[in-house]
Amino acid sequence: MFNEEYDVIVVGAGHAGSEAAASAANMGSKTLLITMNLQNIAQMSCNPAMGGIAKGQIVREIDALGGYSGIVSDTSAIQFKMLNKSKGPAMWSPRVQSDRMRFAEDWRLLLEQTENLDFYQEMVSGLIVEGGKVCGVVTSLGLKIKSKTVVLTNGTFLNGLIHIGDKNFGGGRAGEKAATGITEQLVQLGFESGRMKTGTPPRVDGRSLDFSKMIEQPGDVSPEKFSYLDVTKPLTHQRSCHMSYTSEKVHDLLREGFDRSPMFNGRIQSLGPRYCPSIEDKINRFADKDRHQLFVEPEGWNTVEYYINGFSTSLPEDIQFKALRSVVGFENVKFFRPGYAIEYDYFPPTQLKHTLETKLVDGLFFAGQINGTTGYEEAASQGLMAGINAALKVQERDPFILQRNEAYIGVLVDDLITKGTEEPYRMFTSRAEYRTLLRQDNADFRLTPKGYELGLASEKRLKRMEEKQEASEKLVQFFRNTSVTAEEANPVLIAKNSAPVKQQGKMFKLFARPNITIDDVRQFDAVEEYITSNNLDSEVIEQAEIQVKYSGYIDKEKNNADKLNRLENVKIPANFDYSKLQSMSLEAREKLNKIQPVTVSQASRISGVSPSDISVLLVYMGR
Amino acid sequence: MIYNDTIVALATASGAGAVAIIRVSGADAITISDSCFKSVTAKKTLVNQKTHTIHLGHIIDDKRTIDEVLVSVFKNPNSYTGEDVVEISCHGSVYIQQEIIQLLLRKGCRMADAGEFTLRAFLNGKLDLSQAEAVADLISSDNEASHQIAMQQMRGGFSSEISKLREELLNFASLIELELDFAEEDVEFADRGEFNALVERIGLVLRRLIDSFAVGNVIKNGIPVAIVGEPNVGKSTLLNALLNEERAIVSDIAGTTRDTIEDELVIDGIGFRFIDTAGIRETKDVVESIGIKKTFEKMEQAQVVVLLFSAIEFKTEAARLKVEIEKIKNRLPLKPMVIIANKVDTLDAAELERLHTEFKDVHLLSAKTGEGVEELKNKLISFVNTGALRNNETIVTNTRHYSSLLKAFEEIEKVKYGLENGISGDLLAIDIRQALYHFGEITGQVTNDELLGNIFANFCIGK
Repeated sequence: MFNEEYDVIVVGAGHAGSEAAASAANMGSKTLLITMNLQNIAQMSCNPAMGGIAKGQIVREIDALGGYSGIVSDTSAIQFKMLNKSKGPAMWSPRVQSDRMRFAEDWRLLLEQTENLDFYQEMVSGLIVEGGKVCGVVTSLGLKIKSKTVVLTNGTFLNGLIHIGDKNFGGGRAGEKAATGITEQLVQLGFESGRMKTGTPPRVDGRSLDFSKMIEQPGDVSPEKFSYLDVTKPLTHQRSCHMSYTSEKVHDLLREGFDRSPMFNGRIQSLGPRYCPSIEDKINRFADKDRHQLFVEPEGWNTVEYYINGFSTSLPEDIQFKALRSVVGFENVKFFRPGYAIEYDYFPPTQLKHTLETKLVDGLFFAGQINGTTGYEEAASQGLMAGINAALKVQERDPFILQRNEAYIGVLVDDLITKGTEEPYRMFTSRAEYRTLLRQDNADFRLTPKGYELGLASEKRLKRMEEKQEASEKLVQFFRNTSVTAEEANPVLIAKNSAPVKQQGKMFKLFARPNITIDDVRQFDAVEEYITSNNLDSEVIEQAEIQVKYSGYIDKEKNNADKLNRLENVKIPANFDYSKLQSMSLEAREKLNKIQPVTVSQASRISGVSPSDISVLLVYMGR
Repeated sequence: MIYNDTIVALATASGAGAVAIIRVSGADAITISDSCFKSVTAKKTLVNQKTHTIHLGHIIDDKRTIDEVLVSVFKNPNSYTGEDVVEISCHGSVYIQQEIIQLLLRKGCRMADAGEFTLRAFLNGKLDLSQAEAVADLISSDNEASHQIAMQQMRGGFSSEISKLREELLNFASLIELELDFAEEDVEFADRGEFNALVERIGLVLRRLIDSFAVGNVIKNGIPVAIVGEPNVGKSTLLNALLNEERAIVSDIAGTTRDTIEDELVIDGIGFRFIDTAGIRETKDVVESIGIKKTFEKMEQAQVVVLLFSAIEFKTEAARLKVEIEKIKNRLPLKPMVIIANKVDTLDAAELERLHTEFKDVHLLSAKTGEGVEELKNKLISFVNTGALRNNETIVTNTRHYSSLLKAFEEIEKVKYGLENGISGDLLAIDIRQALYHFGEITGQVTNDELLGNIFANFCIGK
């Protein structure tokens, strides 16, 4: 059935696998996407939402490079929110609630329209590895499919074990089989593997809920969207979420099941994410809190199924049910599916290169939860990077690596391979040292030229970005060059409690004051006239506002980033032997030997490596 | 030592000598030196001078002349480090050396790390590998010892104060990060009023540390010691006992108020300035309670506090003394303190024994017989970073921390400005992180993963 050799085989069709397959195929690689169930492409296994703080920025970055996640998030959205709008622009984070079924369908249809991409449904049970190089995969039916590269995106399926109370059974998701064979083979090849845990809350029947007792949480009044392309449009109508609270009574009912909780009776040993704890974990660790928020999120435009965000649990189903019935608005709740915890295999990501290719097996790439991450956005971005790099490798082109000051994706990959992770890794803005540079509004400026050069972002995308850039730069220039008289400026300044001026001056200076906004300066006739006559859209105006108001901070971070980049240019030869550097601390030598950083800059980020160790390293690296 | 900034350090051997050389290296070496150099030839600027030239002039801090110096200019690549280098030959007193170095730090130089000039020389192709290996050893040995030494040096409550400040700032930073990354969560966010108070406090403490850290300042002004005691407990006898054996620089410092008498004396080469205060005995009298307030102010300002009681009081009013001592200790928990029972010559052996068991940390002394005076001197010396004044290595370490404190202070000022102007948390965080970084230069701690760890440990996060 499969006689030809593929360029890229992608194993798994979740968020990572789908982006990997799309990017490799779009870059011209002959690509095969294999999954255990073609009905389940791009499933949202947990909450029906994309984006959020730091994650929304990642989705924008994926879109700017030419990935599909932004487009699908837009077409399947049922509610849009720009989070953190009251903070600085680096914190603005887009998030949508999604129609779960439409999300998966739109992804599948987009993939079906992608050239160079084949599909096949079966479980991959092993890899073909010859002479340290991957040559294809073996399926559970014994089929051998040849390829030059393989991207593994197995999610929670590798030896997945589902826990509900004191029951447990193998599975990759509720109702789906686990995948076996791959971990065992990789360990035999010399890989180190580990176990992680995650969980999900119950899904319930919306017809059994009393929303009048809950707090409504509508979307933004003026919704925006993820994709920089104009193929998608902002929502014209939206669905609301609702909020309720647990209570002491709910907590007491949950505690009744603690002795049957796999988290507390020792059955689950592996680490779950600290920032996404189960409800039992929350009431156990923060016993003084008498209530916790629950978000009731619709799973789509038309379905009656609801997702109970905040109630992730692996307690026995009867306890889940009894406790939830005590929550206000849930008195008559009916369950669709109980919550559960799942344990799965992952491979410590320090075993990877910055391209997400494994150090051990040539041509083999890992992306998503197999690398110890959590979250659709984190997975999708890794899939994109692995797909791009697999394609580049086949084409014998230079690898594509994003720096920490270029993208959250760069921070994500560098953190993973430099520091590894003990718990499921989720992105936070605080992980990025240059977050003022990594904003959702400028992901296109940062990445679209790169995406275009790769052959992934279309020319149309590049042109749109260039037009936006030019128009916003011109507007900033306008503020720099145009003066405003004291008579015109002072009423606006005084209204904002800002000190009045004595004589006329450049608008830029006034606009840069902390409490003066674009709406204030638009009261100056010249500004309004410029904007109308040039027909500027809100994106351009917002961009110019950010450039004016935050230029000081942006420049400061750019400066710091440049310092870092100097070390980024100092490459360390492959297989450098650190053990001979006696002047270096023992811990630093061990860590460096294990991780084998590519640049001195990367070495400096490894925990346990001090600035003095870096100086010593510089000495031995020569000039 | 991985950036191309401009560094400064003493290039000649430690301590006082006839002449000392201060070396400045880096891209801004010449402009920075120029900013505090005034040539004897009017209008001559260092920037316009040829490489390998020497110039006579003065080092000027604003309008104050620090010293007459010879300045040598070396332009890259023809210098020891291969960068632009300025060498300032000044007179050899430790005080002048430190004044000039601290001036250069304020003008934008950074204190060089151990071996940094040589490291730069190597990286710029000026040395061979075997020389560089020696540098690597130096760097690493400095690394292991420096933070430890630093923390030991900063006795007198400094080290714990810095750790405490850093921790508070870290909590502050966590709260800011919390409201940024977890804005959707049901957690309480940082109270800006409390923030303001904390930043204000950190600023004050930093200012105080900066002042007290300035080694030149110590040489110049002496270490302030507050003596707390009733008029009749023997303060003047004690001072005389100390003075008798030492070279005294008794002075009537102009501008001191009537109720405090300052005496200056040098012990082991270090100046001490004794500030006399009234006691803190409970009173309802208004005038006296003002006096008590003043006493506490003096204690606050001093680097060391000496509580002086008469041994007879220990015998007759032990309970009252206990309360009084506790009160002072509680009020100034971090202040180095010596509690003295004077006039022990009036007690018999049994009474001494009882005093000793009842007040364990009391220093027994007789100003009259001289008993315990030597021990008191040693104790006073042990409270100050004497090492810093005795050998060059520690002065360097110390000056390095001085420059870290200056930078931390600068960042804290920015945070303060940001808070006053309602700047959003993500931008405040930039300056807070920078301040934490400079704190870490002193304590040797790094922050990156600590912030998130702190958040996860203290807040119920996660929907």
